[in-house]
Amino acid sequence: MKQFYSDKVLEHFENPRNIGSLPEGPDVGVGTVGNPICGDIMKIFIKVGKKDDEEYVEDVKVQTLGCGAAIATSSMATEMIKGKPLAEAEELSNQAVVEALDGLPEVKKHCSVLAAQAIKEAIEDYRQKNEN
Amino acid sequence: MKKKVYLDYAATTPVEPQVFAAMEPFLKEKFGNPSSIHSWGQEARAAIDQSREQVANFLNCQPQEIIFTSCATESNNLALKGVIEAQKCHIIVSSIEHHGVLDTAKHLERTGAVEVTWLPVDKYGLVDPEDVKKAIKDNTALVSVGYINNEVGTIEPIAEIGKLLKSINNRVLFHTDAVQAIQFLDCDVQKLGVDLLSLSAHKFYGPKGVGVLYIRKGTPIIRQQDGGGQEHRMRAGTENVAGIVGLGAAIQSFAYAQDKLPAERVKKLRDKLIDGILAISGVQLTGHPEKRAPHIASFVVDGAEGEAMLLGLNREGIAASSGSACTTPLSKPSHVLIAMGISQELTHGSLRFSLGKQTTEQDIDYVLEKLPPIIERLREIAPK
Repeated sequence: MKQFYSDKVLEHFENPRNIGSLPEGPDVGVGTVGNPICGDIMKIFIKVGKKDDEEYVEDVKVQTLGCGAAIATSSMATEMIKGKPLAEAEELSNQAVVEALDGLPEVKKHCSVLAAQAIKEAIEDYRQKNEN
Repeated sequence: MKKKVYLDYAATTPVEPQVFAAMEPFLKEKFGNPSSIHSWGQEARAAIDQSREQVANFLNCQPQEIIFTSCATESNNLALKGVIEAQKCHIIVSSIEHHGVLDTAKHLERTGAVEVTWLPVDKYGLVDPEDVKKAIKDNTALVSVGYINNEVGTIEPIAEIGKLLKSINNRVLFHTDAVQAIQFLDCDVQKLGVDLLSLSAHKFYGPKGVGVLYIRKGTPIIRQQDGGGQEHRMRAGTENVAGIVGLGAAIQSFAYAQDKLPAERVKKLRDKLIDGILAISGVQLTGHPEKRAPHIASFVVDGAEGEAMLLGLNREGIAASSGSACTTPLSKPSHVLIAMGISQELTHGSLRFSLGKQTTEQDIDYVLEKLPPIIERLREIAPK
C-alpha cells in the first residue's frame, strides 16, 4: 500500500531530532520563520564553533509548531547540518531535505521550504551579531 | 492485534450487513439494466421503484419527487444549478455550507448567473432566520442552508426558516443538505418546509456512490446531466441499481419518529468524549453546546496542529479528522471555523471525532487515555 507519508517522515515525526533551544550568546544565531498558508512556525537555533579557522555548526536545536511534514523536515534538516561547515549548512536546499526523507506528498512540498529558510535566517542572525 | 477505534463516522460509515445482503443480488445475478424491457431489466426496475418508495416514506413525500443521484454533492449541484437555470436571479446561501453547496454557489456567482448573499453565522455556527428574512429580495429564487454542519455539528433551524419563507411568499425555494441529519433528526420534508433536500447513502451505513435529491412537485428545475429519460427525466444515465437498493435498505433503519434510542446512546458517549477532552487545557468546543448533532464532537486545540494530532492518533489506531489547512488539498483554513469568528491561528488546531453505531464506551475511554499525551508532546516541541 502506498502511504501518504514515507516511513522516514513518520519516523522523524515520531522521534524528532534536536528538539529544544540554545541559550542566547554571541556564538548563537536564531531564525524564526512562519508559513501563513499552512500555519507552521519553525524556530532554529545554531551554535557556531571554529575548527582550524573555519566556522561550523557545533550544535543546532529546533522548535516546530505544524503538521507532520513540518516536524519531520525540521528534524531532518537539523540532522543534515549538524557538524557541517557554516558555508555548507547555508547551501542546504529544501529539495535535499525532501530527498533525504524519501520524498513528500506534492501538497506538502511547501512545508519543506521552511526548514532551509530558518537555517539561512539563523546563520544570517549569527553573522549580523558578529559583524564588528 | 493493536486496538483500533474509528471515530470518523461523519466522513463515512461501513455498509450494514442487511444493506449489503439487499444489494448483493443486484451486483450478481440480478444485473439487468432497469431500462430494458426483458425480465432482467424489469427486476432491476422494480428494485429501484421499491427503494424510491422507501426514501419517499422516510421523507414523507411522493415517490415521483425522489431523484437518485451519485451522491449529495451531485444533488447539491442539481438543486442549485437546476433552479438557477430555470430563472435568472438572486440566491441566499449560508457561509458554512459543505463544499458541495458552497462551490456550486461560487460557480454560479462567477459565471454571472446569480448574485449570492452569503449568510453570516454566530460564534456557534448558527444561522439566524432574521438574517434570511433581511436578505430576501424581489428576485430571490433560492435559499440553501445545511441541516447539520458537518465540521462542528451545529443543527440549523431548518423548520423555522422553512416556515418563515412560506410566510413571505411561495416563490422562494428552500434547499437543505441533510447528509449528516438523516440518522438522528426529523427529515419530514413537510414539517421542514423544504422544496429540495440532498442526501448521500454512505453517511448512514449504505454504499458509496449513490445519493438522493428530493424535489417538491412543481419546483421549476432543469436537469444538469443530459441524456436518456431516467429518474423522471431529471438525471440521465443508467441507474446504479445495487447502490439504489442499498440506499433504500439503509434508510429504512432510521425511522426517526419510532426510535430515538440510537441517538440517545451516541449522545451519551459524545458527551463523555466532550467532557473528557475539554478537561485538557487550551481546548475549546466548536459548534453549539446544545443544538448539536448527537454524533459530532469537534474542538480547536491551542498550540497543536491538526494533521500532527491525526498522525499521533493514527499511530494509536484512532481515526478522526481535522479542518486544519494542512489536512486539506487546498491548504486553506476551514471556511466554517473562520465564519464562526475563530482566529486563523486556532483553526490550525481543529479536531473532529464523529461517533457511530459501533462506537463503544471503551472506545471513548481509549481516546481519552491516548489524546492528552499526543497534544502534550506536540506542545513540547513547539516554539514557546
